[in-house]
Amino acid sequence: MLMARPTTLLAVAILVLVIACGVFAPLVAPHAPRQGDLIDSKLPPSWLAEGDSRFLLGTDELGRDILSRIIFGAQVSLTVGFSAVVLAGAIGVTLGLVAGYFRGVADDVVMRVADVQLALPQILMAIAILAVLGPGLKNVILTLAITGWVTYARVVRGEVLSVREKDFIQAARCIGVGHVKIMFRHILPNVVASIIVIASFAVAGTILAEAALSFLGLSVGPDVPTWGGMVASGRDQIITGQWWIYTFPGLAIMLTVLGINLLGDWLRDYFDPRLRT
Amino acid sequence: MSTYVVRRLLQSVFVLVGVTFLVYFILFQTGDPTFLSVSTDASQQEVERVRHQLGFDRPWYIQYAEFLSKAVRGDFGTSLRQGVPVTGIVLDRIPATLELAITALVISLVVAFPVGILAATRRNTFMDQTAMLAAVLGQSAPTFFVGIMLLFIFGGMLGWFPIGGRGQAGPGDELRHLILPAVTLATFSMARNARLIRSSLLETLGLEYVTVAWAKGLAEPAVILRHALRNALIPVITVIGLDFGALLGGAIITETVFAWPGVGNLVVKAIGQKDFPVVVGCVTMLAVVFIVINVIVDVIYGYIDPRIRRA
Repeated sequence: MLMARPTTLLAVAILVLVIACGVFAPLVAPHAPRQGDLIDSKLPPSWLAEGDSRFLLGTDELGRDILSRIIFGAQVSLTVGFSAVVLAGAIGVTLGLVAGYFRGVADDVVMRVADVQLALPQILMAIAILAVLGPGLKNVILTLAITGWVTYARVVRGEVLSVREKDFIQAARCIGVGHVKIMFRHILPNVVASIIVIASFAVAGTILAEAALSFLGLSVGPDVPTWGGMVASGRDQIITGQWWIYTFPGLAIMLTVLGINLLGDWLRDYFDPRLRT
Repeated sequence: MSTYVVRRLLQSVFVLVGVTFLVYFILFQTGDPTFLSVSTDASQQEVERVRHQLGFDRPWYIQYAEFLSKAVRGDFGTSLRQGVPVTGIVLDRIPATLELAITALVISLVVAFPVGILAATRRNTFMDQTAMLAAVLGQSAPTFFVGIMLLFIFGGMLGWFPIGGRGQAGPGDELRHLILPAVTLATFSMARNARLIRSSLLETLGLEYVTVAWAKGLAEPAVILRHALRNALIPVITVIGLDFGALLGGAIITETVFAWPGVGNLVVKAIGQKDFPVVVGCVTMLAVVFIVINVIVDVIYGYIDPRIRRA
């Protein structure tokens, strides 16, 4: 099934590569990501004229190896991507279950809060919250989770509204099964498919959001190599032409998100063949 | 129909109040901005005096209440940095952001519709697969990266377009400055909408009434455009409404990359400078725009699909 589509294979290959970089970064990277010699600064990729074979993808303005920084950058992107989605999912699914199952006041409150949050662009809220909390990995994860839970809540709530009318739920209530158990043990499994599909696309969106935040300098501290941060620092070189400083990290972001999107497509088709295109 | 509209409007007001409340609350946690109005070597007494004068020593809910009563009259206070009324500063910049967002939306639709429709009708052909590959790439590329690459290729290397800012010297100059940022901003939406239109249309094309249309002997354009597309549009319209919010959000990044003098650029700088009144003013304005667009979209949606009105 997985073998059926070349795009899915490609996606898996990309993701395995990226995850391997993230997990094995200290072993895989040829240089230390934060150390650079000014003598080596702004060297082009090794296959070009003034390139140096020590630095495959060239160096940045401080002489740091681009390839190594990209490999280490995977750590931040992946960590934030997955953690924020798991956290947002936990919050959103729980609130969605509660809202859809109990209806009434709980439903109204949750949906109003959701509306308020959706009235603001996610990036804007994230910037504002990070301005309050300050930089740092935990803060970024928390912020992206806070700004991201709404989709889960809405979708789960919608599905709960239909599932709760089904006979087997009524039967469970009849024999006295408690509310919590019904929500998590009976309703939730029927809703899992949608959650997984949303989550996969959410990881892509979160990685893009984190990249944007580190581009603005608002993500983790200035020490830590992030793909977005690398693009930002390379921005000054647009005129002077050292394109490798921002192009390679940008490509890293793009390829990683591409892999996740393709995998998400496959997941969506797997769970609902009607949508298969 | 009118009860539906009224209901949506009331909801919107509530949401707007909620938004300002949220932003005010969040910003307040960063500490008060008194220091912006005093010199760095002012004595503690001086700081306290200014703090009291500007009203920052009161509890935040009191300050919020005062803000709300003024805001309803259109007064968002004075910028702490620039000393001029916030409303003026923000209103100055709204046209720039709207110009960017609307142009991007138009570009996105103009490209996404033909591509999506063609891809759906020529499903699994080379054209379809290339288009969809391009679309998924477009959805995976971060906006700031697209912007920088476009700047590099068309601005730096080829020199066709200026590097940033908004043209003031007549329509030709304005257009030259507008193209790169608008295309950048449009990329994600364009890609996402193309995919959505394609899948929505494919789903509709499988339905029975379309088979009937074919059986009646209608030509392809009639079947697609007159019968299938209308119903395929329903999810697309919802997305366009959400799209505008995403475009406003993406505008924040794009404006920063291209030094475009819009609200997005302003709000990022103001957050950095802790210029509260400006931040709140910007956010409120952006929220208003977004809410208005959403109400319009919902009303259109309710008009097209009667099932929604009764919900």
